[in-house]
Amino acid sequence: MTTRMAKTPVAIVGSGNIGTDLMFKLQRSAHLELRAMVGVDPDSDGLARARKLGIEATYEGVDWLLERAAQFRIVFEATSAWVHRQNAPRYHHAGLQAVDLTPARIGPPVVPPVNLNAHLGAPNVNLITCGGQATVPIVHAVARVGPVPYAEIVSAVASKSAGPGTRQNIDEFTRTTSRALVEVGGAQHGKAIMVLNPAEPPILMRNTVYCALADDYDEHLVAKSIEEMVAEVSEYVPGYRLKSAPLFEKEVFHTPGGKVSARVVALLEIEGGGDYFPPYAGNLDIMTAAAVRVGEALAQQLVTA
Amino acid sequence: MSAPLFRLTDSTLRDGSHAVRHQFTVDQVRKVVTALDNAGVPVIEVTHGDGLGGSSFNYGFSHTDEMDLVTTAVETARRAKIAVLMLPGIGIKDDLRRAAEIGVRVARIATHCTEADISEQHIKLSKELGLEAVGFLMMAHMVETDALLAQARLMESYGADCVYVVDSAGAMTMGEARRRVAALKSGLQCQVGIHAHNNLSLAVANSLVALDEGVDQIDGCTTGLGAGAGNCPTEVLVAACAKSGIETGVDPLAMMDAAEEVVRPIRPEQGVIDRDGLLLGYAGVYGSFLLHARRAAERYGVDAKDILIELGRRKVVGGQEDMIIDVAVELARAGTVH
Repeated sequence: MTTRMAKTPVAIVGSGNIGTDLMFKLQRSAHLELRAMVGVDPDSDGLARARKLGIEATYEGVDWLLERAAQFRIVFEATSAWVHRQNAPRYHHAGLQAVDLTPARIGPPVVPPVNLNAHLGAPNVNLITCGGQATVPIVHAVARVGPVPYAEIVSAVASKSAGPGTRQNIDEFTRTTSRALVEVGGAQHGKAIMVLNPAEPPILMRNTVYCALADDYDEHLVAKSIEEMVAEVSEYVPGYRLKSAPLFEKEVFHTPGGKVSARVVALLEIEGGGDYFPPYAGNLDIMTAAAVRVGEALAQQLVTA
Repeated sequence: MSAPLFRLTDSTLRDGSHAVRHQFTVDQVRKVVTALDNAGVPVIEVTHGDGLGGSSFNYGFSHTDEMDLVTTAVETARRAKIAVLMLPGIGIKDDLRRAAEIGVRVARIATHCTEADISEQHIKLSKELGLEAVGFLMMAHMVETDALLAQARLMESYGADCVYVVDSAGAMTMGEARRRVAALKSGLQCQVGIHAHNNLSLAVANSLVALDEGVDQIDGCTTGLGAGAGNCPTEVLVAACAKSGIETGVDPLAMMDAAEEVVRPIRPEQGVIDRDGLLLGYAGVYGSFLLHARRAAERYGVDAKDILIELGRRKVVGGQEDMIIDVAVELARAGTVH
């Protein structure tokens, strides 16, 4: 007994690269209706593009949105961690559920294929970092079939795809991602490394996940779990793929989680959808794709609640 | 004795960490620092080869926690300042805070030569902590002088006391080293340094042409112990300077003893420029990739030489050691077809 549901009205706050890329993806959502794009800069390219698509676009900032909060249910924050810390209590007070694309970490960290359903009722959910969205699913895939004493990821993005926010906050990126490998991925210890590569033409976003394996690991089970997870992520990030089958490297490693005799290495590549930024910016794509996924799940929860 | 014409930093216990797969012990650090300090080396750098926080799957796990090694160095040195290296994206600000608490005096903040803006928070923090801050522009052979100067100016604007031209791939000819140092000297108010590698056997020569251009700081590693075919050998640089009438503040004979008796036994074969080492300089590949490439070559049954050439072709930058596995797997898949 299905009924045609009205789409849930949403707004984006922040009209930069992430907000604009998200705008294009929300246009295709069957469950979410983007009703406003909120910025602070009258000359913003993102706002101009929103207007062109017939979406209400304002440079009057979050006050404008809060004056009409009743017209919206969900707000996507694509500003900065600092700004989101100011805005979050105001959204909550106004009854707006927040999907936070900054590293502010006010709400619980969410990675759609890992723990989305655990936090559908939260007033605020956080999307960690692009590197976290790309790698936490793989750590979880390994951890769900056996212990992961230590997980490490290397995230390399094209220099052109890393805006000033990322560059000035590279420390927050590495710390927030490291924590998520443990708290969401399920590893006992975690470390994240970020590299910017200026090569021309720009490189596709690359992520390498290393997981330390306990002695009794089952190669077949681990590989199968990783491959299933890649298929699951690629449902909402079509350009997410393994460069080769998971690699099992046998060697003694003295990791922060103790001595192990093997590691599994997953070499991942993300080709973006090219909605706003060119396809090399898989780092933007996986963030905004995850945001849509989370927003849709929240919307369905609102409808059934 | 007149004042030294430049300030020498010996990085045996940091860049040399690559050459020993990050297996330095407390005992080795104590002996090396004692010998260098006695010879008159003014700054000694100690950390994992990839800087603070470098101990990892990607770069190799440290045998001994680097903070223990740094502590030993600080406790051992009577005159020398102890320096640390940190790469934003690998290490974090808390690592710098810990190093400062231990008693480190110099923080060297390293980025790829086009990405200086990621060093802002770390250079500023170093200054807040009362440390001397040095900006370290790696793989500096990859950009032209104007672009390098623009990046160096960013580091200077964040508060760097010195900015280095870092030839991480040992790929610079003497003319290339000279032009880069001259550009920084003429465009910056702060000091300028050079960090040379010996893959083309030009490390001492490049350091000497940098001196012609007025360079203020020079890096060496005793016996050249360092990534790739090694660094500018400190004892050779000091001897060559002495012969040229350039004051270094370091006793050439004591420095030769330190090299022969303390550092040489750690890795007797150091100093040979073999094919793989030379290829790094020739293809412009980050020096610390060498031993990782050999390990991956062995594991996947391919040739280290082919891995290094492909890494150069892909313009992989420092820190992307994971791409060595990627390339090795691809070469293995392609079989023996070259």
